[in-house]
Amino acid sequence: MGKTKLALLAALSTGLAASLGAASASAEDTIKVGILHSLSGTMAISETTLKDVMLMLIDEQNKKGGLLGKKLEAVVVDPASNWPLFAEKAKQLLEVDKVAATFGCWTSVSRKSVLPVFEHDNGILFYPVQYEGEESSRNVFYTGAAPNQQAIPAVDYLMNEEGVKRWVLEGTDYVYPRTTNKILEAYLKLKGVPPEDIMVNYTPFGFSDWQTEVGNIKKFGSAGKKTAVVSTVNGDANVPFYKELGNQGVKATDIPVVAFSVGEEELAGLDTKPLVGHLAAWNYFMSVDAPENKAFIDEWHKFTKNDKRTTNDPMEAHYIGFNMWVKAVEKAGTTDPDAVIDAMIGVSVPNLTGGYSAMMPNHHITKPVLIGEIQADGQLDTVWQTSGLVAGDEWSDYLDGSKDLISDWRKPMSCGNFNVKTGKCGGETVATQ
Amino acid sequence: MSMRRFLLTCALVLFAALVAANPAAADPVDDILTGFASSKYDEIEKAIEGLAASGDASAPAILDALNAGTLQVAGDKKLYIKGDDGSLKAARSGANATGEMPPGLKPVKVNNRVRRAIEAAMGQLTLLSPDPAKRLNAAASLFHAPDPAQLPAVESAIAKESDPAVKRAFEEARAAVLLAAPDAPEADKIAAVAVIALRGDEDAKSLLDAAAASGTPAVAEAANAALKGIERSLAMWSVAQNVYYGLSLGSVLLLAAIGLAITFGVMGVINMAHGEMVMLGAYTTYVVQQAVMAAAPGLTDLALLIAVPAAFLVSGAAGIAIERSIIRFLYGRPLETLLATFGLSLVLQQAMRSIFGPTNLQVDNPSWMSGSMQLGGLAITYNRFWIILFSIAIFALLTLVLRKTALGLQMRAVTQNRRMAASMGIRTGWVDSLTFGLGSGVAGIAGVALSQIDNVSPNLGQSYIIDSFMVVVFGGVGNLWGTLVGALSLGVANKLLEPVAGAVLGKIVVLVLLVLFIQRRPRGLFPVKGRAVES
Repeated sequence: MGKTKLALLAALSTGLAASLGAASASAEDTIKVGILHSLSGTMAISETTLKDVMLMLIDEQNKKGGLLGKKLEAVVVDPASNWPLFAEKAKQLLEVDKVAATFGCWTSVSRKSVLPVFEHDNGILFYPVQYEGEESSRNVFYTGAAPNQQAIPAVDYLMNEEGVKRWVLEGTDYVYPRTTNKILEAYLKLKGVPPEDIMVNYTPFGFSDWQTEVGNIKKFGSAGKKTAVVSTVNGDANVPFYKELGNQGVKATDIPVVAFSVGEEELAGLDTKPLVGHLAAWNYFMSVDAPENKAFIDEWHKFTKNDKRTTNDPMEAHYIGFNMWVKAVEKAGTTDPDAVIDAMIGVSVPNLTGGYSAMMPNHHITKPVLIGEIQADGQLDTVWQTSGLVAGDEWSDYLDGSKDLISDWRKPMSCGNFNVKTGKCGGETVATQ
Repeated sequence: MSMRRFLLTCALVLFAALVAANPAAADPVDDILTGFASSKYDEIEKAIEGLAASGDASAPAILDALNAGTLQVAGDKKLYIKGDDGSLKAARSGANATGEMPPGLKPVKVNNRVRRAIEAAMGQLTLLSPDPAKRLNAAASLFHAPDPAQLPAVESAIAKESDPAVKRAFEEARAAVLLAAPDAPEADKIAAVAVIALRGDEDAKSLLDAAAASGTPAVAEAANAALKGIERSLAMWSVAQNVYYGLSLGSVLLLAAIGLAITFGVMGVINMAHGEMVMLGAYTTYVVQQAVMAAAPGLTDLALLIAVPAAFLVSGAAGIAIERSIIRFLYGRPLETLLATFGLSLVLQQAMRSIFGPTNLQVDNPSWMSGSMQLGGLAITYNRFWIILFSIAIFALLTLVLRKTALGLQMRAVTQNRRMAASMGIRTGWVDSLTFGLGSGVAGIAGVALSQIDNVSPNLGQSYIIDSFMVVVFGGVGNLWGTLVGALSLGVANKLLEPVAGAVLGKIVVLVLLVLFIQRRPRGLFPVKGRAVES
């Protein structure tokens, strides 16, 4: 008994020493890239895919010869859908692993939780998900859509193409839907929609009993004016929501639902035949017919060894963000954060919809906006798109607190919330509402 | 009939002769059909309207195909209809396309506006269809999109109609058309208001609202009078609808909690992995459905019935394994049980994530669980309706097992007085395992039902565990009837509060009320009495 224990201990310690040695050896000739996505817990459903796509991109870059003559090394941590743990893991990535850049977060609350860490340790975070805006940090690059790159064009589409006069703003009860709906409400009122034609409703996370809500939508929609639902319902709650819509017979031709958080991934868990014609607004669809997209999907299927895996918008955002970072590092000739942050602005790389996306001085990027209809095979088919690229607007023009603010991280302004009325920089990166 | 066909042939021959006489003029319908080759929705919409107006014999088939997404356009703007087996037919003539596939074949693009145009066009074309269901659809689409130009067509359809239900639908459609027509005589409009008022539903209300706002004083008066009655009955129906929603939510709660009522209620084990037993049942449903789809596609609608015993066995076996390997060492130590089973729930979730992947799995609703029916003013969705019946059946079955079988008797004996039962010769360890297995198996069956309304993902169970404990504690620990009443009353309370307070606040109010109730009556609605409980 004692002998086996001893042998085990010896084996363990040699293993430990070997791995430590390997780590210190590799630290010298690799550039580390942090991946901060939940691999367990409620958000794993969305974030695991993003971890995989990052591994694929890093792998591809290494096959091309790495970066600055060094190999890239992925450091994967699991914040387990736990917001405080996101901050802890971010600290570990920056202070222990000393990563050159981090790709991560999904929910706004996780981003808010790691923000002080990245600012304190002067790290670089690429955030790939559409969000509510009202933020601009020197250390964060927002590659997902700001509200003007998703929500506002979607509402315009419904207004002009479908002639919608009555609006239901249906959301999950947290910061992204609440801020987005506030912006949309202000925008709709500006466009002359009377308040009685707007219904706002919130449900808890993971809500599964949508009978009353869908019943109310039907009732609201039978007032004789064309009605549409703008859905910021998040994550798992979408499947029961759409099932209830289908079963209660809410057809897209009567009351279309346009969603901002439903992509190919979410539709994979659904029979989409009753949902054909409902809409989603994104900056990328898997069905987009472009050579870059085809190459990306092929690579993705090869990498995951599964030709049924779908691609989605946040994956494209990581693709753009990663290529931008590579280009900026090459431009700066170093991975030093200050140099890279300065080099990032103005970098332009191909996106997957057949154009180029550029990093703007406010750390948001330019993207096309696509409106797609759900098809019977679970894909989204583009029915409308903006004629050009739309630059992300971090401070909404439709909210009182933020319409006078701009962000420009170029020197000499270097400010995330410059007030054009007072001519002063607010100093903080996040608006206090 | 043959006379008509003869006349038609004559007309066609004449027409063909005319066309032959003037070879420069192309067939107008073919001309319209080229519109479908456009990538602009406006032009497609125009083509649909043109096709419907032409009354061409091929129109219904072409529009049907367009709606189903099987209408294909080739590079030379010729239209084809793709069959289920991949064969191609020329859209206009219906002749099978032979030889090579025409180059540049792609589906005609459709969006919501185009779909609405198709619906309206089909309404015009199928008013005289021999199939009563199609005529009913035509009447409904005309009712929803009343077009004054269609008035003569509806009136002739009413005159020919023999089916009373369809006739009624046509009369309603005619009334809607009359209200929409600006130049219809006032007397007709007032009569139309009366016809529509009989419907008494939301659609009638919105039509009458419009009539009250825009009609002449006499029409507006009639509409307002009718509206009052409709609003009163709608308000009553809406309360009934909320109660039904509540019963439906309650039945889901009952399903989720009833297994826990046995493991926690009867045995006293705080089983945090209960939700994962539900999840296992849902995953079993997925596996069974996939297997049935692969082996016997014709039986897919019955896969759910096969999944019920399968889920019971899988979750039950998992439950027995858990009881034998972990829980039996922790009897009498609730805190350790809580922690161990909580850890176990995380392990099971991650295991499912590793095996099936983190994304939602698709479990299809069988056809008998899709859609809804209208019962008076109640909209009853089939999946919820079957789940209500299913949960009551499970409850009845479980009560029978506990009351009438030897196993049930032994279970009750062991939980009431373990030592006495042991000295009577009952193998208490064995009974513990079976009881826990039964509770877990029932949770698995709940998973089959929940797979029809919720996500099949590793997190499925987590969202139900809190609610389940709430129901069991509220109803009274150790009492199945308490669980039934507890689940249904929590469901109804929740759904009655929701329209007033909203889903978020409604849930909070229910929780606060529950806490207050437990303060007053710590043993729940139906406490178990007796010395065994006191000790």
